[in-house]
Amino acid sequence: MSESTKRAKEPRRPRLAVWKFSSCDGCQLSLLDCEDELLDVTGAVEIAYFLEASSATVKGPYDLVLVEGSVSTPHDAERIQEIRRSARYLVTIGACATTGGIQSLRNWADVSEFTRFVYAKPEYISTLRTNAGIADHVTVDFELHGCPINKHQLLEVVSAFLAGRRPSIPHYSVCIECKRNGVPCLMVSDGVPCLGPVTQAGCGALCPLYTRGCFGCFGPKEQSNTSAVAAEWKRLGVEDPRLLRAFRGITGNAREFRRESALHE
Amino acid sequence: MMNGAHDLADPVVLDPTGLDDLIAALRRRGFRVLGPRIADETISPAPVDGIDDLPAGWTDVQEPGSYRLERRTDDALFGYAVGPQSWKRELFPARLKLWSATRDANGEVAVEETPTEAQPTAFVGVRPCEVEAITIQDRIFLSGTFTDRDYGERRSAAFIVAVDCGDPASTCFCSSLGTGPATGGGFDLALTELLAHGHRFLVRIGSAAGQEILSDVETRPAVEQDFTDAADVLDRADAELRGRFDPSGVRNGLVRNSESPHWDDVASRCLGCANCTLVCPTCFCMSVEDRSSLAGDEATRTRVWDTCFSVGHSYIHGGSIRPSGRSRYRQWLTHKFATWQDQFGTSGCVGCGRCITWCPVGIDIREEVAAVMGRKEEHHADD
Repeated sequence: MSESTKRAKEPRRPRLAVWKFSSCDGCQLSLLDCEDELLDVTGAVEIAYFLEASSATVKGPYDLVLVEGSVSTPHDAERIQEIRRSARYLVTIGACATTGGIQSLRNWADVSEFTRFVYAKPEYISTLRTNAGIADHVTVDFELHGCPINKHQLLEVVSAFLAGRRPSIPHYSVCIECKRNGVPCLMVSDGVPCLGPVTQAGCGALCPLYTRGCFGCFGPKEQSNTSAVAAEWKRLGVEDPRLLRAFRGITGNAREFRRESALHE
Repeated sequence: MMNGAHDLADPVVLDPTGLDDLIAALRRRGFRVLGPRIADETISPAPVDGIDDLPAGWTDVQEPGSYRLERRTDDALFGYAVGPQSWKRELFPARLKLWSATRDANGEVAVEETPTEAQPTAFVGVRPCEVEAITIQDRIFLSGTFTDRDYGERRSAAFIVAVDCGDPASTCFCSSLGTGPATGGGFDLALTELLAHGHRFLVRIGSAAGQEILSDVETRPAVEQDFTDAADVLDRADAELRGRFDPSGVRNGLVRNSESPHWDDVASRCLGCANCTLVCPTCFCMSVEDRSSLAGDEATRTRVWDTCFSVGHSYIHGGSIRPSGRSRYRQWLTHKFATWQDQFGTSGCVGCGRCITWCPVGIDIREEVAAVMGRKEEHHADD
């Protein structure tokens, strides 16, 4: 078989699109941050729509769609429906897309008051009553957590998609990464309040490596026992206002954390 | 190899300088020497060049869910109990690449097994409970039809300097399980640190390799006073440890109480975080992570520490067979104390107390076992 016939017989590269909703762009940036692997990415998929990388776009449908950000406006709510229709496999990336992100804090406040303070002409602002993750609006095929996402996990999700296998992304606790890294538990050795036991792994237990308690950026782990960890924080001297803020942080709109934070109001 | 002055069976005495010389002798023979060092506010095995690296005058104060280092009033080099890191990490690494594979342009797949890099390593300061834990893991990884080559090579390359326990923590209960505070077997050299009548170590020789190393170190034969002092150290530790756990009837007691409502009680407190299983020196759960490259022409398989506390660990087609915290906690405790006996002929617990200390919410397995069996646990560290 000559080289040219071989190439002609090769299937076309899957089309990748990256869409942004309410977010800081940090998770999309993780894709550009791949650096060493970036050429492999462009070799494996056709980057059809990714405004952060190129203004050249190709129309859908797309094989693999990465969605960053939360749905916070009526326009977002319509747009995500269109995107879902154009996507064969839709992956949400990051805390905003998977849980609503830090902007979900407005779900516990008066949004019209915010708009009055922030905008000169608040009447032009059209916003939904609550901010939410993508899965509250459309079916999502896979959720990749993190604030920001871990680029190795992103590459794993893309590689798994290309190979037609399940992504190897664990749902267990940050503690497991700590222990594999040889980091002793900070709660035990130093009384540091840490959300690691209720937070999903994926970051490589970054904060505990630097003797900081986990902030819960990756959201609740599987079957997160938030009340038991909250009781332990109290034993360590943490009071309700701080517990509320800890659970109502970057992933505060995730169901388990939302429920727990309400108990400390 | 035997040489001259000492018979394999005869204990000798080293002073602290002699211990320094022992470490130097091990290093001269090409051993990487790991010993207790202060790191991350804990005492954990790390490379040591000599006794100056050891935690002289430090101890650990342990309670369920709490570990703190404190100053001792003496200069003991091994005056602590056990730290968060067991020697398991050295023999059964947390991450191990098993193989990688490549596929060439013609679709031919070549698999390359990762060679073991077992470097001769001396473990200095292995506690009796930890020696027992290594013996238990030997049974897991090296007996039966399928053995673990990597573990075997690392194990053969290990030289064990055990140190008897003179200062157990409140979470320790080795004597209840017969694994301490004195070292039984399974060592190259076993030390008892003596502080009365001069700082020195009574050294028992457990192997020809241990005997050979000592030929490079100035020692003297042990005399009556040394044995009396060593017996005092161990008697004191023994008295402190007495009655902290009652292992009688545990095998059947746990199996018969598999539907005890207490499993729900402990599950309500358990974080399912897996700290207990990962600090346990005998827990051997593992998983493999397969990765493929974007181009689909490279793949790797990596073995990683896993835990029976993750939902995924018991995942089979269709779902997890231990879907609740209750079922996972029951699996862990029942396996550790009961069904382990059926599987490997011993208890899976050596009484080191790590799972108690390093549980972020301080769940004490001694109390949980007693509660599941419907008996009140009366023996407590600070009772």
